[in-house]
Amino acid sequence: MKVRSSQPTGPVADFLAAQESKGLLRFITCGSVDDGKSTLIGRLLYESKQIFDDQLAALSQDSERVGTQGGNLDFALLTDGLQAEREQGITIDVAYRFFSTDRRTFIVADTPGHEQYTRNMVTGASTADLAIVLIDARKGVLTQTRRHTFLVHLLGITNVIVAINKIDLVDYDASVFESIEKEYREFSRDFGFTNLSFVPVSALNGDNITTRSVAMPWYTGETLLTILEETEGHILTHDKPFRMYVQSVSRPNQDFRGYLGFVASGSLAVGDNIQVQPSGRISRVASLPGFDGERQQVVAGESIQIVLTDEIDISRGDLLCTPESAPEVGTQFEAFVVWTDETEMMPHRSYLLKIGTKTVGVMIDKPKYKINVNTLEHLAASTLELNDIAVCILATDRPVAFDQYVENRYSGAFVIIDRMTSKTVGAGMIRHSLRRDLNISWQQTSIERHHREELNRQRSATIWFTGLSGSGKSTLANALEIRLHAMGLRTYLLDGDNLRHGLTRDLGFTTADRIENLRRASHVAQILNNAGVLVLACFISPFESERTSAKEVIGQDSFIEVFVDAPLAVTEKRDPKGLYKKARAGDLPNFTGIDSEYERPISPAIHIHTDELGVEAGVDAILQYLRDQKLLP
Amino acid sequence: MKVRTQSHLSHLEALEAEAIHIIREAVAEAINPVMLYSIGKDSSVMLHLAQKAFFPAPLPFPLLHVDTTWKFGEMIEFRAKMTQLVGADLLVHQNPECIELGINPFDHGSSVHTDMWKTQGLKQALDKYGFDLAFGGARRDEEKSRAKERVFSFRSDKHVWDPKNQRPELWNIYNARHGAGESIRVFPLSNWTELDVWQYIYLEAIPVVPLYFAKVRPVVERDGMLIMVDDDRMKLRPEESIQQRKVRFRTLGCYPLTGAVDSDSENLEGILTELFTATTSERQGRLIDHDAAGSMEKKKIEGYF
Repeated sequence: MKVRSSQPTGPVADFLAAQESKGLLRFITCGSVDDGKSTLIGRLLYESKQIFDDQLAALSQDSERVGTQGGNLDFALLTDGLQAEREQGITIDVAYRFFSTDRRTFIVADTPGHEQYTRNMVTGASTADLAIVLIDARKGVLTQTRRHTFLVHLLGITNVIVAINKIDLVDYDASVFESIEKEYREFSRDFGFTNLSFVPVSALNGDNITTRSVAMPWYTGETLLTILEETEGHILTHDKPFRMYVQSVSRPNQDFRGYLGFVASGSLAVGDNIQVQPSGRISRVASLPGFDGERQQVVAGESIQIVLTDEIDISRGDLLCTPESAPEVGTQFEAFVVWTDETEMMPHRSYLLKIGTKTVGVMIDKPKYKINVNTLEHLAASTLELNDIAVCILATDRPVAFDQYVENRYSGAFVIIDRMTSKTVGAGMIRHSLRRDLNISWQQTSIERHHREELNRQRSATIWFTGLSGSGKSTLANALEIRLHAMGLRTYLLDGDNLRHGLTRDLGFTTADRIENLRRASHVAQILNNAGVLVLACFISPFESERTSAKEVIGQDSFIEVFVDAPLAVTEKRDPKGLYKKARAGDLPNFTGIDSEYERPISPAIHIHTDELGVEAGVDAILQYLRDQKLLP
Repeated sequence: MKVRTQSHLSHLEALEAEAIHIIREAVAEAINPVMLYSIGKDSSVMLHLAQKAFFPAPLPFPLLHVDTTWKFGEMIEFRAKMTQLVGADLLVHQNPECIELGINPFDHGSSVHTDMWKTQGLKQALDKYGFDLAFGGARRDEEKSRAKERVFSFRSDKHVWDPKNQRPELWNIYNARHGAGESIRVFPLSNWTELDVWQYIYLEAIPVVPLYFAKVRPVVERDGMLIMVDDDRMKLRPEESIQQRKVRFRTLGCYPLTGAVDSDSENLEGILTELFTATTSERQGRLIDHDAAGSMEKKKIEGYF
């Protein structure tokens, strides 16, 4: 930041000088419903003079209208932002609040204690340096207390203040406080909290919040606010190795190439060596240009720009590091995954994973085990539902650079995004990389796909027929293959039913099995394409996600999606294999169109209505498309 | 060059770095981004941060001002001056329907005026240019419903915000993916407070509209607020008379809907001093927030920025 040329004087100068040395602390408050979280935050805002007169007037109006404290100010109303929530009397999402004292500025994430909202707490904790865990003195350590404490630990927070609230309601009894402290210390012993303190408070009355309570002479510790002001321990640390994910490459002109990013950890100076991951290339820092002039050194927490001495290939998502402390690079790792979406996780479905600024395709294995957050027991699981936490193995479609979450919060964390809905469906923390993929490398072969295509005097591709059972996929593909064969082309018809006699014999028709079935089929099609063969693939393939995955495996340019379309009434009437009848009778669960959804292709290359068009006309339409694409000789 | 005397960043340095990271991330993920420019102090700060984020490259997006034709005259002058200074590409949109119907705050009331000019106008402009990501200068400390909104906030193809169905936002990993027609609003100043904004303006010497500074101005008292008579479209009620008072504005919007406060703060030092001892919040000067409980939340659900 620029330093003003004319130095201010007087009260403004004193104020700004004080601000200059003030740091920022982000914390989260967690506790069960009615433990008084919102009241505590309201109290902190009130005591630190962050509530203005008009807000106070609105608060006293609201307190009378919907307050739960009789005529008294209901501080919880300050933070319960959304109208619907106010009426329900509970906070149901993450709200951020701000206050500052003479020593520090604070950002507070207020997160709900509701059982079903693990997602929100994890969100609030992900950016916090410290956690306040609230316990109702009358209730002691509850299941929810254990859950919140485990999540705080899981998200890597090591600074914890346990605020034992409503101490006034147990007559300021020291023995209640002591027994809660003892119990809490015992169950959290293995969580590695480096700063753990206990404070008896009454958020409602203000005891031990900013001033020492006269009602509890037995408590000799600091007030809650003093602990907040004095706790050291930021998540962004300078003494860790340098890490920066490249956000973008700036090329305003031919002579300038700057790499933009946020320093997640460590520091960097002009002249330092830099290694780019996953490529492993090495260069040196030529300069650190910025709006306010050239910098000589930059540190964790800053948004910077780097110019290197060499022109090497670096793009968005690459991780810049110092060569002495390389991160892990690989395609497989084990992680804690928190599922944040109403739609359950599908093992082996292709999702997107965003780590730092890099987005790649990812497949999540069936969970190794799920964690019961109340008892910390390991449970068997075949999928993940909203708010589940599990240990899973993930496989990315390209190498990524990362660290273990416990080592580095920013290069060890990722989110999972659904390809179709674009929603953030999960979040994860990397435990360790899996070495198994390191033993597998690509063997270079001399004869490549184009050599085989030349020998066959044809181009290879996969014509992917998707549609309901009975829509006419196999009929159409068979007729097409006859015509292509007559033209002297090497073809192969991959049929879903036929594959199920062998390669996919172990799979059923659940969603998970359908996903695996299509994964195998896609790879077979891709191998056949590499062999120079034109593939006709007939699979119901009801989900857009899996058709997208197939396209990625087979290759964008080699994948031709044909939507074989007929209304359900027509396909059910045709019922060539008698399957609809069985499904209607309930003998065939998960049957597409009956009790399992068919997602219509969004933009197929060819769309054929088999209820309107004859087989030969359909074949002609496909042949015309292949000619237009120069796929036929 | 900056000389650091302490091991950690100051809170303003941390906020600056976070905002720049957000702006760069949004631009990297967007197809067609735009920055909503409302001419106020938050817009000034956001624009300054955007320049820092991409220096020495020019701004990689245009600025969009959704103009209601009822802004203070000085704001429009400042808009022209700033966009020229920064070398930004400025788009101005005025809802043609409002022009035709002559929508104004006096005859139609603040809620119709705001909905038609600003909410509908914004939607029209976003659709017209096909922007899939728009930066806004809103801060979480301004208002309770803002406190819960994400930094990257998803809007449906009808520009609707669903507060119950927000994407979880973890660490500093932002998800800007969206389907066709859907869009993302991005708020780089989410974690700034009013005081942070003024301190930053002061430290960085960022230009702001002179209306923020106290000066003797013609005002009338109306509905408990001091309204400045900015042009001859403002008709006085029988009981009203124009007073010359030394006032300033804590927030800027349409002049008939923006209340002034009595003040002697003629410069930034004065404003900062005033803020250390402030007893009212800045949105107090905005008529639109007082219409009904939860009014901002309702507006946001309908597509207000």
